[in-house]
Amino acid sequence: MSDATPTLPLARGGVSVERSSFSPIYTLVGTLIIAVFFTAAPWILPASWVSILSNFFILVIMATMWNLLAGYAGMVSIGQQGFVGLGAYAMLYFAIKGMNPFVAIPFAIVTCAILAYPITYLLFRLRGGYFAVATWVVADSAMLIILSIALLGGGTGRYLPGLSNLSPSQLNHYTYLATWVVAFVVVVATYFILRSRLGLVLSSMRDNETAARSAGAKVTSTRRLIYVIAAAGCGAAGAVLAISQPFVQPGNAFNLNWAAEMLFVSMIGGLGTIEGPILGCVIYFVLQQSLQNYGAWYLIIFGTVAVIIAIWQPRGLWGAIRDRFHFELLPVGYRVRDKVRVKKVKKQKRSETPPASVVTTSE
Amino acid sequence: MPLLQLEGVSKRFGRVVVADEITFQLEEGTSTGVVGPNGAGKTSLFGIISGDTKQDDGSVHFDGRSLGSLTAPARCRLGVGRTYQIPQPFEHMTVFENALLAAQQGAREHGHESYELAYASLERSGLAELANSPAGSLGLLQRKRLELARALATKPRLLLLDEIAGGLTDLEVVELTSVIRELQQDGLTILWIEHVVRALLSTVDRLLCLANGEIVADGEPRQVLASEAVRRVYLGGAIINEPTAI
Repeated sequence: MSDATPTLPLARGGVSVERSSFSPIYTLVGTLIIAVFFTAAPWILPASWVSILSNFFILVIMATMWNLLAGYAGMVSIGQQGFVGLGAYAMLYFAIKGMNPFVAIPFAIVTCAILAYPITYLLFRLRGGYFAVATWVVADSAMLIILSIALLGGGTGRYLPGLSNLSPSQLNHYTYLATWVVAFVVVVATYFILRSRLGLVLSSMRDNETAARSAGAKVTSTRRLIYVIAAAGCGAAGAVLAISQPFVQPGNAFNLNWAAEMLFVSMIGGLGTIEGPILGCVIYFVLQQSLQNYGAWYLIIFGTVAVIIAIWQPRGLWGAIRDRFHFELLPVGYRVRDKVRVKKVKKQKRSETPPASVVTTSE
Repeated sequence: MPLLQLEGVSKRFGRVVVADEITFQLEEGTSTGVVGPNGAGKTSLFGIISGDTKQDDGSVHFDGRSLGSLTAPARCRLGVGRTYQIPQPFEHMTVFENALLAAQQGAREHGHESYELAYASLERSGLAELANSPAGSLGLLQRKRLELARALATKPRLLLLDEIAGGLTDLEVVELTSVIRELQQDGLTILWIEHVVRALLSTVDRLLCLANGEIVADGEPRQVLASEAVRRVYLGGAIINEPTAI
């Protein structure tokens, strides 16, 4: 075999590429301010707000993971509640075995990742709607298996042990901090995944899988990796959910509503952006808190909001903001900024263009 | 050693034979055209070489290495670049990001090197000034150019062009052909399916004609086009036998 390397002589010159329209220092400072505020929140905000924020961060974790899976990698799943449930039950199992629930969080996450890996070999045989339905089947199968395990409380569920030494106030604070830290790690990790080489692969395979393969992208292994990461993230949400309840019950842990909420907030906020699902979570919680006294009406209003946004802003609210103001808080794309060079090419092109009369004649 | 060697390659979809024991080889630095009527198996042949389609029988060797067990991304990384008949841009990515993906994954370039390669491939294809435009906003000619740019950004040794001039105006065909001719002069090995025969004739130094999955003619382009086998494929046996009826 020849050792010759591909040597297509392409013109080389300076090109400057930017990843953000503003200095990374602003991103860092903004992140630090947010981090300090939310870490101090239990000591600043009323207990009821802290509890709401815990639930908010659990939904942020789920929505961010669903967005990574569907919005970036193009794998629309309606079965991520399966990993929320498995995360909650992994947490319960480790707690029963004597582990501190807060220490058990990473173990629950790893358990979900390990369980997700072999499932990909089954799911990745399917595409589109079939894939989506199969994820639901996997979630329901996982619940049925959990129901049959007496140690985990079967169909009735079981209290999470290991938290009785904490006062209600301490439990509220610690639960909040756990959800906040996990949400922060999940969002930051997602940002770095999308800023890495993997980010372009994800977007390309969402847009056109065949062309992505032909351009050298390892689509199947990337899909597998993202599915496992999303499962681990949803497992993390399930683990902190178990602590926040803290009664772990199959009907709640594996509830299809989790998938509906992930989808809802991602859709109204904006699929395919990191900021979108977070904005969606804010809107969801504001609506929920504002409309909680109106019974079933709040569901009708949620549905109406979703339909309106799907019709008039299919890219979601953050997508609309981004398109209107060309602004991103967490930019992950690439932009050529060598204006001088672009102008030079334009000028060269113009000089090569035939006279207008020639063009008119040939047309 | 030939750069590409196909030996007895066959492929059928049900009863339809798209490749029937196809055997040919390409030397490095040559440019070869492929013609044939619709359904002759031209695009399937590209699919077999690039790894999009798996052949039933026969072997494909690239630079002496069997491609049999290699996936499409692996073949791309070895140096097999391709374009598609119907352009397949990543519509929600910018033009630059389309090329960058190919530079990072196909050519396995990192950091600034990948930016340089991606931008250079856009310059080569005449798309540099649209680098920051969304690929979904491009017109047909620009989409064809993007196909070419993305293939070039993988640093191919063999470039498979699938009807890249199809659907373009005369002026656009001339523009695109001049770009391809430059690539040919730089020593890139090209295999080009095209219905716009004058574009092929100005560029390639060998022509293959496919019909019903078989190579019916192979040789110098003008001789191939003038051959009875090719006329029969395009015009039908009856007309060949009664030329006065034309």
